[in-house]
Amino acid sequence: MAVQRLPSWREMPIGGVIVNPGNSLEYKTGDWKVLMPVIDQEKCTRCRICWYVCPDAAIKELDKPYTTKKGRAYKVSYEVDYDFCKGCGMCAQECPVKAIDMVPVEVV
Amino acid sequence: MSAGQTPRGPLRIRSLFDLPREELFISGHGLCAGCTAGTIMRMLVKVAGRDTIIVNATGCVEVSTTRYPYSNWLVPWFHSAFENAGATASGVARAIEVLQRKGALPKDRKIRVIAVGGDGGTVDIGLQSLSGMLERRDPVMYVLYDNEAYMNTGIQRSGATPYHAWTTTTPAGKVWRGEWRTKKDIAMIVAAHKIPYVATANPAYPQDMVNKFARGLEVLDEGPSFIHVIMACTTGWRFDPALGITISRLATETGVFPLYEIDHGKFRVTFPIAKRKPVIEYLKLQGRFAHLTPAEIEEIQRLVDERVAEINRLAGKEVIGPVAK
Amino acid sequence: MEAQQTVVKRPIPLSTNYAVAYAVKDLDVDVVAAYPITPQTTVVEKISEFVANGELDAEFIHVESEHSAMSATIAAALTGARAFTATASQGLALMHEMLYIAAGLRAPVVMSVAMRALSAPISIWNDQSDLFGSRDSGWVIYFVHTAQEAYDTVIQAYRLAEDPDVLLPVMVAYDGYVMSHTTEPVVTESRPEVLKFAPKRPYPYRLNPDKPVTIGAIVPPEYLYEIKYQNVKAMEGALAKAEEVDREFGKQFGRSYGIMECYMCEGAESLIVTNASYAATLKSILPEAWRQGLRVGLLRLRLYRPFPVKHFVEHASDAKGVLVVDRSISYGAPYQGPLANEIAGLKVREGLGFNLTSVVAGIGQRTMEDEDFMALVRLAWESRTRRFPETIFYGVRE
Repeated sequence: MAVQRLPSWREMPIGGVIVNPGNSLEYKTGDWKVLMPVIDQEKCTRCRICWYVCPDAAIKELDKPYTTKKGRAYKVSYEVDYDFCKGCGMCAQECPVKAIDMVPVEVV
Repeated sequence: MSAGQTPRGPLRIRSLFDLPREELFISGHGLCAGCTAGTIMRMLVKVAGRDTIIVNATGCVEVSTTRYPYSNWLVPWFHSAFENAGATASGVARAIEVLQRKGALPKDRKIRVIAVGGDGGTVDIGLQSLSGMLERRDPVMYVLYDNEAYMNTGIQRSGATPYHAWTTTTPAGKVWRGEWRTKKDIAMIVAAHKIPYVATANPAYPQDMVNKFARGLEVLDEGPSFIHVIMACTTGWRFDPALGITISRLATETGVFPLYEIDHGKFRVTFPIAKRKPVIEYLKLQGRFAHLTPAEIEEIQRLVDERVAEINRLAGKEVIGPVAK
Repeated sequence: MEAQQTVVKRPIPLSTNYAVAYAVKDLDVDVVAAYPITPQTTVVEKISEFVANGELDAEFIHVESEHSAMSATIAAALTGARAFTATASQGLALMHEMLYIAAGLRAPVVMSVAMRALSAPISIWNDQSDLFGSRDSGWVIYFVHTAQEAYDTVIQAYRLAEDPDVLLPVMVAYDGYVMSHTTEPVVTESRPEVLKFAPKRPYPYRLNPDKPVTIGAIVPPEYLYEIKYQNVKAMEGALAKAEEVDREFGKQFGRSYGIMECYMCEGAESLIVTNASYAATLKSILPEAWRQGLRVGLLRLRLYRPFPVKHFVEHASDAKGVLVVDRSISYGAPYQGPLANEIAGLKVREGLGFNLTSVVAGIGQRTMEDEDFMALVRLAWESRTRRFPETIFYGVRE
């Protein structure tokens, strides 16, 4: 969340109004996590439950076709946005086919 | 189709796949890891769509999502104080009405006002303001995310704190055994205002919750609506962050939080349960109930049984069944 | 008086409360949040009559408390509507946090205050303790002394509040009962003329799905100071703007007041500083005082926040004595009248030479007869040569 230089009173919109909402994308909460979800694309049945439960919208639904080794073809895939995933584990908990593993984040 | 709108009005879903992909409550907020409020708010704005103005009382959601200079709300959003979500939403909604009438806003645009508040800001300090808004029939959908305490300030009890729950102002020790009063039945208090639509909802039941949001928005042409959503809180209820949805589900499966709606006075349980799980299944996962003795758990089970009996009386038949052996 | 009127305007008899209501109607206010409290109630009653008769198209929100009244008013203004509410005493106190919020959010709202004593004990009668408890809230504050001035000032208030360089909430205050419920001749203007003077300029970041904004974020220490400082600058700028607004009002409608009125203060050796109904009464007392050789002038406070420092200095620099009449008590303060403390500060800062005498009078609408006002005039005269270090509680039974 690097801020170059703090603004003067003249440069800020009045009354503390945030005129560009959505700028929360600059606040990368991904560094909160100690566990991170890993989605096994082979097991995933594309049920959308993990995408649904994530409080941080950190599971993205992408138009990325995928065919499993057993020949199951899917039009979408789900991927974790690690910039924002806080590692809560609700996705892994709710996944009906246990396709998500919570693994420790590697500390470099 | 963009989030929220269908040709027939607010989005209704039969499955998760009917939910639009577009996020209007986006990443980068400061809610706790595993906070089910995030799930609830994401779905709320998906259903409501862009032509929505959110009025938010002070609380977890407000503070975590709008820490200046960042905001993750892609719809207009307004917070002024803690106890006035009702009156503030009235001000916004009535202003829209007159501005449309006078031609300052386009008449054909349906701009909906949703008030969002936690249990503290709704059943306690905000009750008067809410009641006034309901009694005036101002066109506002009020969504209560109920984590059963003043979580934002550090887990103090509220009028919505359940029997025997530990909080930082009702701790469990030798003299006190957690909260000793039962939870204020806010949905019934709201229903007594005879507004078009009142419902209880649970993020563990996505179709039920989303469709209730949609119905709440639909009735705004006639009057206000109120959705009481249970919001399992990992930090305040003391459970592993992964269990938010699981515990929410158990709340309904044990009969602690029955899912019902009152649509134009007609009471209906929207998720009947043939056999309830014993309440201990729900309590044992939460640190805030860790101090309970078997006798105290029995007390809670009796309270749940009474509540279920009440629900069945209102429904006119047994829609929530007995505890499974 | 400037500006020649070719049309003779007929005044109608209105109480100050009704004068405010008529101004709200002629301004085509969009949203009125209403909660009853003596002695303001007839303001909102009259407005509701206008709405009921179709004379004013406004959303009239029957709120369930004054806190909600101000909440709804602010919300409506930030949605882009012209919004108004009225209150007094306990109501003003109840909405206290919302006053700061209105100013902090830069909501261009106008509120009339029919000043009434604050509990306890409960009193429905007039003094100014309610208003002076709110003077640091960041609102622009006007005191008016006639029903006509109330009507005119509410109109000026919207033009000032909605000015993009100001965007501050504005209070128009007058004495409850003494003014709110007494009838005076008031010239009202037509709505087209009033809207020509004060066209609607909605809040610039209004809540609108076409341009989403987040209003009311929580602001950490790195940013709060600058946002509050913006209010300091806006308030500073509001002084010149208020003068300009009043001047323009005079040009269009033929009536203007200035931001501080000097009444018989030229050539006066002593001055009385006061506001509202006491100032009005003194205007009828002073000619007799001068006939008795008491050359005491009146400095009537009209704009109070921001305080017209230069005007005060200009009028008071030659005075030998200044008597400040407060209508509320500042318990335990260096002077126990709030205005006296402010004037004392100004005296020191500007190096003014007068003797300052602090008087508190009329608490809870304790009756002041002509003789009492004359006594204040004599006290002002005596102040030229005598120093009164402690606040004088005029009229209290010891």
